[in-house]
Amino acid sequence: MQTLSNSNNDLSQVMEKSSMKFKNWIRVGLPALLMAIIAIAPAFAADAPKIDKGDTTWMMTATVLVLVMTIPGLSLFYGGLVRSKNMLSMLTQVFYTECIVLLIWVLYGYSLTFTGGSGATADFIGGFSKAFLAGIAPDTPAATFSVGVAIPEGVYVMFQMTFAAITAALILGSVAERTKFSAIVLFMPLWITFVYFPIAHMVWYWSGPDAIDAAAKVLAAAADPKAKAAAQEALDAVLADGGYLYKAGAIDFAGGSVVHINAGIAGFVGCLIVGKRVGFGKDVMAPHSLVMSMIGCCLLWFGWFGFNAGSNLEAAGSAVVAFLNTFIATAACAMSWMFVEWIVKGKPSMLGAISGAVAGLVAVTPASGYAGAMGSLVLGLVAGVVCFFFCTTVKNIFKYDDSLDVFGVHCIGGIIGALGTGILVNPALGGTGIFDYTVNKVGDYDLMTQMVAQGKAVIITLLWSGIGSAIIWKVVDIIVGLRPSIDKEREGLDLSDHGERAYNM
Amino acid sequence: MKIVMAIIKPFKLEEVRDALTGIGIHGLTVTEVKGYGRQKGHTEIYRGAEYAVNFLPKLKIEVAVATDQVKKVIGAITGAAKTGQIGDGKIFVYTIDQAVRIRTGETDADAL
Repeated sequence: MQTLSNSNNDLSQVMEKSSMKFKNWIRVGLPALLMAIIAIAPAFAADAPKIDKGDTTWMMTATVLVLVMTIPGLSLFYGGLVRSKNMLSMLTQVFYTECIVLLIWVLYGYSLTFTGGSGATADFIGGFSKAFLAGIAPDTPAATFSVGVAIPEGVYVMFQMTFAAITAALILGSVAERTKFSAIVLFMPLWITFVYFPIAHMVWYWSGPDAIDAAAKVLAAAADPKAKAAAQEALDAVLADGGYLYKAGAIDFAGGSVVHINAGIAGFVGCLIVGKRVGFGKDVMAPHSLVMSMIGCCLLWFGWFGFNAGSNLEAAGSAVVAFLNTFIATAACAMSWMFVEWIVKGKPSMLGAISGAVAGLVAVTPASGYAGAMGSLVLGLVAGVVCFFFCTTVKNIFKYDDSLDVFGVHCIGGIIGALGTGILVNPALGGTGIFDYTVNKVGDYDLMTQMVAQGKAVIITLLWSGIGSAIIWKVVDIIVGLRPSIDKEREGLDLSDHGERAYNM
Repeated sequence: MKIVMAIIKPFKLEEVRDALTGIGIHGLTVTEVKGYGRQKGHTEIYRGAEYAVNFLPKLKIEVAVATDQVKKVIGAITGAAKTGQIGDGKIFVYTIDQAVRIRTGETDADAL
């Protein structure tokens, strides 16, 4: 995508000045290569991708929808589930996370995630060429998933920014009600830098359809063996310009691995390292307002249409596929959780239904643009049963205090989704198949190949985030400490951290 | 003078009030309380977490009456608050030493 940038603009020049010191980081290989390609075959130099007003409108809308997921959606969903003495603590932590991640994203996060890196680390992390949003002008195009179609890079920056923010905010549910605000303040910038940016780069960074298409056309037109070899080499270089898991063939439409497995496992190691809440297993820790959790869940569902259908980057039929799947899997999962709970626990609960809805949204996230409608329905039904089992039985056997079930819903739901995507993308099951830009058609599907790639993405995400997050939690513990004193925890974090009360009635 | 204090099921309040009004009692204090007796509590389940809720919501009503009215008041409350299930509540009667109406300064029987 960085190859498409147009920096011949006053604004971008001003921005570039501020990032002068990062210029050394720019990898020159790819632009040079593409220039060579264009030099070889000027006839095939692609037209500049067109920015469509409809796509731009949709992506701006989708961006604020994802913002609504976090604030107020996730805040209220989580807030309702804690005790009333920790309500503001929950809301403040989520609000802080949204704001700080947003700022880090525009400083260097976008650049580290969505530019090509250099040397041996290029598969894992990008560079600083777009730090401070250098070179991003109002009309700078960013690639979509269609050849010749672009959206303004600015909207791509914002859309992806909201993803980074919600991923970090999800973690807060695992360590709720017992982690100091100062610990969260330190944890978030470290985590987003060392865990989120690399994983998002590994899964989502690629050279874009236009670059691949252009290189493939040069190859197809090459006449003599020498030109063919050169063109093949050029195409290979374009294909090599991508994140590690992208190149491994793993597909993740809207962030099953990047967002949900990633946050789920980071929260899980967090709840183990931070430790159980005072009184866990003895005191009543019932949610203080399931009404708010219900509103929060509904805002999450509402915003998730931006999250999933927006991940298509174009207002096209394929966005509608993701939109439809986001309805179906969510409803199916809410129903399967509710009925399983009715059978196993004796009563169908409100909290069960909304937990199921969130688990369904999580599971369909990676599959939303790939699975067929009936595939999503099955995916939702399966996720409801498995996530219910993890949030009730498994959690009670091992007695870890994952306060708001981030692991059981997001990590487990994300894994079901990531693996399910590998199966449901199969055109024989109603899936879309995986588009091969080198030959301009849907590629052949092989279950084993796809499942190995999906499994690889799951395992690498679990390891990178699990180990990375554990180190960061420990570092934070050493520097500022993770827990308040027992008395302060009993008093509630609203008063001890923030000096205010959620409800003065 | 006596205070008749009764713990009743919350949804029985209106019936009890009607019954007391019916026998000429025109003053009543109500407090929301929690407690348990033979009815014990119930279990609440939030995902995997099960909590035994031991203290159930009840209403405490207090009526100050002349000693000769106590029997009638007990009869009215018992009649109105009874469902026949455990958890209907209890009535306690105790003596008061003094009563004063703040507005007029009337005391004892005149103040009731």
